[in-house]
Amino acid sequence: MIPVLLILVPLVSGLFTFFIKRDSVAKWWTLLTSLAVLVISLAGLTLFNEASSLQTNVEWLPVLGSRFQVSLDGMGQLLCLLTAIAFPVILGATYHASYPKARSFYALMLLSQAGLMGVFVAMDALLFYFFWELALIPAYFLCSIWGGEKRIAVTFKFFIYTFIGSLLMLIGIIYIYYRTPDLSFAIDSFYKVRLSLNEQSWLFWAFFIAFAIKMPLFPFHTWQPDTYEQAPTATTMVLSGVMVKMGVFGILRWLAPVLPEGFWSWGDAAAFLCMFGMIYASILAIQQDDLKRLVAYSSIAHMGLMCLAIFSTTDTGLQGVMIQMFSHGINIIGLWIVVEIIERRFHTRKISELGGLAQKAPALAIMLVTVALANVALPLTNAFIGEFLMFTGVFTSNVSQYNYIYTAVAGISIILSAVYTLNMIQKVFYGNTNTLTATATDLRFNEKLVLIILVGLILVFGVYPQPMLELTQSTVGELLKRMVTKHP
Amino acid sequence: MNAIVFSAIWGVVMMFTGLFVKNNRIVRLTAIAGLALLLLLNILDMRGMHLFDVDVNGMLSFETFGLVFNSIAFSCTLIYFILSGRDIEQVGLHVAEYFALHFFVLCGVSIVSSFNTLLMLFLGIEIISIPLYILTGSDKRNLKSNEASLKYFLMGSFSTGLMLMGIALIYGAKGSFVMEAIALGSSDLTPMLSAGLLLLLFSMAFKVSAAPFHFWTPDVYDGAPTVFTSFMATIVKAAAFIAFLRLFEGCFGDMQPQWQLPVAIITAATLLIGNITAVFQQSVKRMLAYSSIAQAGFMMLALVSLNGRAKEGLVFYAAAYSLATIGVFAVLIKMKDYTFEGFNGLGKREPVLAATNTVFLLSLAGIPATAGFMAKFYMLSATIANGHVFWLVLLAIGCAAISVYYYFRVIQAMYFKEGEEEHAIATTPVFKALLVVVAVLLIVLGLFPQWLIDNLYNPGF
Repeated sequence: MIPVLLILVPLVSGLFTFFIKRDSVAKWWTLLTSLAVLVISLAGLTLFNEASSLQTNVEWLPVLGSRFQVSLDGMGQLLCLLTAIAFPVILGATYHASYPKARSFYALMLLSQAGLMGVFVAMDALLFYFFWELALIPAYFLCSIWGGEKRIAVTFKFFIYTFIGSLLMLIGIIYIYYRTPDLSFAIDSFYKVRLSLNEQSWLFWAFFIAFAIKMPLFPFHTWQPDTYEQAPTATTMVLSGVMVKMGVFGILRWLAPVLPEGFWSWGDAAAFLCMFGMIYASILAIQQDDLKRLVAYSSIAHMGLMCLAIFSTTDTGLQGVMIQMFSHGINIIGLWIVVEIIERRFHTRKISELGGLAQKAPALAIMLVTVALANVALPLTNAFIGEFLMFTGVFTSNVSQYNYIYTAVAGISIILSAVYTLNMIQKVFYGNTNTLTATATDLRFNEKLVLIILVGLILVFGVYPQPMLELTQSTVGELLKRMVTKHP
Repeated sequence: MNAIVFSAIWGVVMMFTGLFVKNNRIVRLTAIAGLALLLLLNILDMRGMHLFDVDVNGMLSFETFGLVFNSIAFSCTLIYFILSGRDIEQVGLHVAEYFALHFFVLCGVSIVSSFNTLLMLFLGIEIISIPLYILTGSDKRNLKSNEASLKYFLMGSFSTGLMLMGIALIYGAKGSFVMEAIALGSSDLTPMLSAGLLLLLFSMAFKVSAAPFHFWTPDVYDGAPTVFTSFMATIVKAAAFIAFLRLFEGCFGDMQPQWQLPVAIITAATLLIGNITAVFQQSVKRMLAYSSIAQAGFMMLALVSLNGRAKEGLVFYAAAYSLATIGVFAVLIKMKDYTFEGFNGLGKREPVLAATNTVFLLSLAGIPATAGFMAKFYMLSATIANGHVFWLVLLAIGCAAISVYYYFRVIQAMYFKEGEEEHAIATTPVFKALLVVVAVLLIVLGLFPQWLIDNLYNPGF
């Protein structure tokens, strides 16, 4: 019941929001819905966490062998929780932003939440594909209607990119479907399929490209900085905080366990892409003057590390990925909130035009520094746990002979991330104020509230990550049983 | 049988209505009533109530497959009549005749969905084509309409000639017009048989506007009065596809490996030409003409794969494509300006029209949760199941991605661009309500396609 509610509540409420007459009511309604979803998600974690309430399996398309099969495992719980936390935080942080046709904006936000939830709980390949696309459509409209100057072309590029990826995945799904023993799209049937190495190889790329575009990985990343820059900030937060996790999630749920040999045999090639992308994105991030683009490139670098850790195929590595998916979501939303506050106050995102903000806005400075240090994965922050586990995983990996190189390059990318993040903090917050920043004011109540929540999450999970580790342990165990863990 | 007889009778009735009734509104309502009756009779036929018992000497056979398609075609025409009936009145003075011609076309449609001999196929195709030549040229004072009509007629007659020639050659090779007899015997392609097969393939490719026999399509669709384009591009085209599939499955099913490659090449060319050319159009009407070629390319996949899923899928595709295209055309007719810029700011001016139009376009582009996705899914799935022409699947998804470009251009214009304030578009509440119904229908079919497909096996719900 819980997974169905997670999809239905935002879906129905979102459709209803289109018809709310007053924009302020729509705003409150959306905020309340997102809080309700958070409550449902927490209820699924604590009160109703027995198997019966965490899954639903009803008839959907009997002619095709597809069922409406949704359930929540540890990984699903974690990502649904991330989605459920992200939306109220995002709505709270942008509470004072005013949009033309606001009710449509809020309605589309809720619809995209419904799509995301669907992706994370679907246990049927066709259903997964449905939600995978449905999460994209609201995002397309959100970016195209409320985005910046070049929004139409940029968003369209984003849409076409992801659409091509999805279609490749669709072909892969149909192909595997015809090989299932009982002609079914259910994930258990997919696990039973035995394909030759040759088939697995090209299927691997069909799926991997779809997921790599979503994450995005080098060289499929070119849509991302433009889209993040042009999209309205609330949507950017959804995209970078939650939606890019769909790619990592897709690999973990639909690629690695279904095509283990293909995954193993192309693992090094994909890992090289991740590695190259991390360094490339980090170097580009160092050179950015625009705050949004800087965060965008930093996100590419972090996603590259997560993807690399998946290919390590070790228990610690995968645990790290799980935790990092959650932590990165929290941290990057925090960064975007700060960027949004700066942009709204000073109408600029240029690092070179800002300076000395710490004197005028100490609370903002404290929040940003914490979030930024989490982005660099400093100990005591949540990202440290994730990245440390991922490093260990990559280093101890048995599937590749290049794991030392991977670890070294990943280490360099962390150093580079410290370079651009600290450089940004220094130029924006320290130094002397200029004419633009001289009149700066500190945080408003709602901004302070959401940032405190985020910083709280960062510190709590940085010190005590045990609940998360326990949550995803069984998923990781199941995954590793189906994957090739050793170099033969 | 019900449908064939009744549609012919009602066509004649409509012609006489034109003589005795001067009020256009009554003429229109008569046509709508007749069509509703036609649909009802066809459904009764599906449930086993045959009103007319004619001995056809085995030249026609009424299977569920054809009857379900008839129901789809009639339902779409009914929707089209109600949505665009007023626009049919605007075309010219002979309103009753226009409706009569539509009924004759439907008579041809019911023949090609149930033919059993090549003679009946020929008859059905001709009964469809000749009224269409007239409808295309019905805007008599418009030079483009005249040109389109003449072009369509000349090219159409030529392709009919090819078809007759093909039928004659096949008769020479197999000694029969009956499909079962042609399918009997060895599945070797003798030179005479293969020449006949190719000629039939070319003429049918002409009728469904598959490349390289598509050149008439953009000019004819563009020149014809927009209402009639809507009818030609949807119901007629879908019927031609049903005939195409029936013919090749019935006569040449066993020889499929031998003609699969040429058909696959035609399909690939159709997909590429339709989609790429549609990208460069400035007029939405012309874009829709090329989009109909592109969609034909997708429907051709059913012919390439020729399995159970392809048959189901083609019927579903016909419904999904026809509904969405009729909807888009119904909105297009109301626009003063057929260019993409003409749609600018429609989302603000006419929210209902814009929202439903968005659903139609998303369905044409094949976005999940619309019928268009399920239709494309069926086609891809059938082709992958066939397993021989995997390159075509890759090409098809490439083309599906291209198609997003031109369909979304309309959505972009409607929602993301500002248009100058124009006077409101005159629409009736019935029109808007029906558009919403069609949009909802597309979404429901996209979520539960079995509601349509189950009819193929358990007729009459």
